[in-house]
Amino acid sequence: MKIHEYQAKELFRNYHVSVPEGYPAFSVDEALDAYDRLNVETAVVKAQIHAGGRGKGGGVKLAHSRDDVKTLSEEILGMNLVTHQTGPEGKEVQRLLIESGVDIARECYAGIVLDRAERQFVFMVSTEGGVEIEKVAEETPDKIIKEWIDPNIGLNEDQARNLAVSLDMTGDQINSAIEIFMAIWKVFIEHDCSLVEINPLVVTVDDKVMALDAKMNFDSNGLFRHKELLDYKDESEEDPAELEASQYHLSYIKLDGNVGCMVNGAGLAMGTMDIIKLYGGDPANFLDVGGVANAETVANGFKIILSDPNVKSILINIFGGIVRCDRVAQGVIDAMETVDVNIPVVVRLEGTNAKQAAELLENSPLEFLVATSLSDAAEKAVSAATGGVS
Amino acid sequence: MSVLVGNDTRLIVQGITGTEGSFHGSQIQEYGTNLVGGVTPGKGGQEALGVPVFNSVADAKAETDCNTSVIFVPPAFAAGAVIEAVEAGLDLVICITEGIPAADMVKVNHVIKDFPTRLVGPNCPGVISPGKAKVGIMPGFIHEPGTVGVVSRSGTLTYEAVHQLVTAGLGQSTSVGIGGDPIIGTTFIDMLSLFAEDDETEGIVMIGEIGGTAEEEAAQWVIDNNLKKPVVAFIAGQTAPPGRRMGHAGAIIAGGKGTAAEKVSALEAAGITVVSSPADIGKAMAETLKI
Repeated sequence: MKIHEYQAKELFRNYHVSVPEGYPAFSVDEALDAYDRLNVETAVVKAQIHAGGRGKGGGVKLAHSRDDVKTLSEEILGMNLVTHQTGPEGKEVQRLLIESGVDIARECYAGIVLDRAERQFVFMVSTEGGVEIEKVAEETPDKIIKEWIDPNIGLNEDQARNLAVSLDMTGDQINSAIEIFMAIWKVFIEHDCSLVEINPLVVTVDDKVMALDAKMNFDSNGLFRHKELLDYKDESEEDPAELEASQYHLSYIKLDGNVGCMVNGAGLAMGTMDIIKLYGGDPANFLDVGGVANAETVANGFKIILSDPNVKSILINIFGGIVRCDRVAQGVIDAMETVDVNIPVVVRLEGTNAKQAAELLENSPLEFLVATSLSDAAEKAVSAATGGVS
Repeated sequence: MSVLVGNDTRLIVQGITGTEGSFHGSQIQEYGTNLVGGVTPGKGGQEALGVPVFNSVADAKAETDCNTSVIFVPPAFAAGAVIEAVEAGLDLVICITEGIPAADMVKVNHVIKDFPTRLVGPNCPGVISPGKAKVGIMPGFIHEPGTVGVVSRSGTLTYEAVHQLVTAGLGQSTSVGIGGDPIIGTTFIDMLSLFAEDDETEGIVMIGEIGGTAEEEAAQWVIDNNLKKPVVAFIAGQTAPPGRRMGHAGAIIAGGKGTAAEKVSALEAAGITVVSSPADIGKAMAETLKI
């Protein structure tokens, strides 16, 4: 789960991580109120969306007066912000963060993620802040300094000091940085984060170390023990169909193609998308119906897939194990009777009772294209989507 | 010889009195696996599936001399269940549970590295040595005994591959689902190494997916160890968009890393046959083994 910068900074404040004073704003009036509360001359107007690269996309601007705040808020609120992380379709800005300007001496980077290869969390810092860290990692990997964290001890002070020193911190800056590093580790581990990133972490002209930005993602597997974080969820940031699917406990991701697919198991679902592409089509979605493919899950799957107007055919690919194919087939037939499906449906059922399932489908008055293998299924679905004869 | 599970397996089910544990426990028993007991804290002394239930793995081990455990415990308690089995001194722990927080698995990994116990999973279908023992949730009947070792990050895609192998006339020595999470116990490398040493295994099917670098590391291992047995691989997620978690917690292209293209080129550089279609896995293995 992702949250907004202003929400991440709220969590940071609770842990005494130094951040600029700032207030969220949902309207131009609220932005002006926030500016008045700050009582500073220079403020920053920052678009709040769940994607990075906001500055480059024109979503972060400096305001030098109350009039500036008004003009910039009007400009940014409601704008469609396109960054390298939003994709070409962009994201509508609905929230702002109005923050005091900070006199920056230099910009660094700090972040914590899971290092899958080392099976530990890793704390990373770099003197190359304010730019895309993926680029730094690619081009100058030696400029990223790492400390791996012992899960029984947590980040220790020596490690935090090493990180501070590697950022060329001196004097009071070192202790200030150590405090921040220890605190963000605490935020990370106490909330089951999957990512905490501060880019830039700045040294101010008066030698303070401060988190100018804050990005925080949570491990969805850990959310059951942090129910309070669900208040931070911004559903407007999510695709409505994906949101609806999650309410049905279906794992759905919308893509750009025209062949809808409904599969049991994540690996097989990805494999099905791949084979659709190989046969010259484009998958419209990833959809894993999970272990129970009954009439209800299939009907819900149909609803979600059909909410995408680009879909021209649907491929159902179920490998029955514990789930019996004849029951799945009956589920598909029942679902077709409750949901109005007016595009070709290709069904491929393999595994337990596959033969009985095929008979059920053949004998049904509904029109199915029954496929005999994975390749046959892909070929039929792609052909049906492009209006060809299969 | 099969690997990991077989006629010597003496199995307990952790979570035997739960819905999943009792259902799959009975399926496992029906397949012929030697189930000797179960564990549910607070239910020691009862009986389930015709075997005794114990309060702890240590008790179960003392009474039944079990050597393997399969875990069907809810995510909040699963990491604790793994650690309990490891500390009780079992040889093999197979964790089926999906949805364990990554921070818990970091702790499990930290404990387990000081013990000889092997962990398979979590978030996996388990292990089967056809005709001998099934310790997991896969449909037993689709498998046939034979000479192909299967290792996969997926569940149903593994069944698909096994089905294709059987259709092509090939049975399996052992089929292992290593799981779809970012942190797992047994890796591709561990399984390649076990299959390499197993006399019965003549060829290996490896099914990877996007995310992480486990496939690339496996490719390097194949080069470094000059693996002689043929490997056929498929990588799921060639069409997956970056930054999106494709069902499995571990299946995500993050920071430009973990793409299918990188994995395919690393595997091919190691002399592995990579099929671009998931429908060609069985056929390619049969051609490679020239049957």
